[in-house]
Amino acid sequence: MEDKKTCLWERHNALGAKMVSFGGFNMPIQYTDIVDEHMAVRTACGVFDVSHMGEVLVTGPQAEDFVQYIFTNDISDAPVGKIYYGMMLHPTGGTIDDLLVYKEGDERFFLVINAANIDKDYAWISEQAKSFDVVTENQSNYYGQLAIQGPKSEDVVKNILGIECKELVFYTFKKIEIDGETIIISRTGYTGEDGFEIYGSHSFIQKNWDKLIESGAAKPCGLGCRDTLRFEVGLPLYGDELTDNLTPIEAGLGMFVKTDKPDFIGKDVVARQKAEGVSRKIVGIELRDKAIPRHGYKVVAGDKEIGEVTTGYNSISTGKSVCMALVNIDYAKLGTQVGIQIRKKVFPGTVIKKRFYEKNYKK
Amino acid sequence: MAKVIEGLYYSESHEYVKVEGEYGYVGITDYAQGQLGNVVYVDMPEVDDEVTAGEEFGAVESVKAASDLFSPVSGTVVEINEALENSPELINQEAFENWIMKVQLSNPSELANLMDAKAYEAICD
Repeated sequence: MEDKKTCLWERHNALGAKMVSFGGFNMPIQYTDIVDEHMAVRTACGVFDVSHMGEVLVTGPQAEDFVQYIFTNDISDAPVGKIYYGMMLHPTGGTIDDLLVYKEGDERFFLVINAANIDKDYAWISEQAKSFDVVTENQSNYYGQLAIQGPKSEDVVKNILGIECKELVFYTFKKIEIDGETIIISRTGYTGEDGFEIYGSHSFIQKNWDKLIESGAAKPCGLGCRDTLRFEVGLPLYGDELTDNLTPIEAGLGMFVKTDKPDFIGKDVVARQKAEGVSRKIVGIELRDKAIPRHGYKVVAGDKEIGEVTTGYNSISTGKSVCMALVNIDYAKLGTQVGIQIRKKVFPGTVIKKRFYEKNYKK
Repeated sequence: MAKVIEGLYYSESHEYVKVEGEYGYVGITDYAQGQLGNVVYVDMPEVDDEVTAGEEFGAVESVKAASDLFSPVSGTVVEINEALENSPELINQEAFENWIMKVQLSNPSELANLMDAKAYEAICD
């Protein structure tokens, strides 16, 4: 099947972006240089086209009960305007997707899902919704989305787009009427920096992208640095650190799984893993040398294969070669000495926390 | 537009050899460094390693990917470019000056299998 195009596709090509296939979309991986784009987000402001992300609206008298049933985090008693991160699980505990839930009202929730999983997720959500008094709507084709990320984002959004967001705290959002449409703006992101995500019609997103690029206030940033940025602060990517066969407990994301709330799909498995422990876990590993551990490389202890790298880079912000890896639990303790097979050689490394760079969120 | 230098020998996998007497300096071309982007690590062979024409002898890593290096010539590694250990970005700055290994050629007739500058330029278009 041919890749889909976002509403900004022509603009990416006009800027000379290098385009790749990602999650069923033809997306920019970089415009000029992955390191420059990465550093723009760490030190100033970058803008990403994230229109490939999916959106599902859930409404109805049982909307909250329904979301509680398919989602691992606890949204009970949430105020309108609050956002939750969590996962949808298979009954086996394996992860269908990780997602954001925006509470728009007591009977209205907006779910943001990964591009590659839109069809799978929506089929799952629709199937589960049959037992509830809710209406679900896949709005992925309607919405375009911008992520404006970096320490200067608040000023850029205010001065260039004319949207004041000072009062928005991390993981909250508001809906605003602009140009005859309702847009959503949230203080969220996937870079470890302060920033905002804006959801609107294609024409709204195109117009605001143009303002950001033409003013020079935000550097256009591709998926290449989106991955290096999220990786450095230990955020998971579905497909690498979360999969249909990996639970959020194994991924080290137990804080987003509330096993003290009423029943949700997959609860028995993750509750048991929380109580009894897991047999494997995602950890961070730092190499002594500069060789780069990449997705799929083997983690070894002596002659024994004990795991596999899920994501690895030479960290742009720190210069260190680090990775996240799924390893046998006997080797998951901080400080454990392991090796990573890179081409013909084994490079020595140490298990460390999987946050390689400190987040700079505005709380 | 990628730079190409007259007088060097080029492989289809974008390595070059600069021949001086019985030695060849092997590196990656300017076109190759441009395609890779920021080089962050060079996995080099060791001195005294034997390398064989057409076979892998190391790798160049950019932020996003690792690219295997294939030796354009056979012989014994007599020197590696140690400056690349701490400054791999030198390859981006000037690929033709920052060779990766110096090889004592065991079979100079192999050079006939490589391309000259003009032929190489044509495959980079």
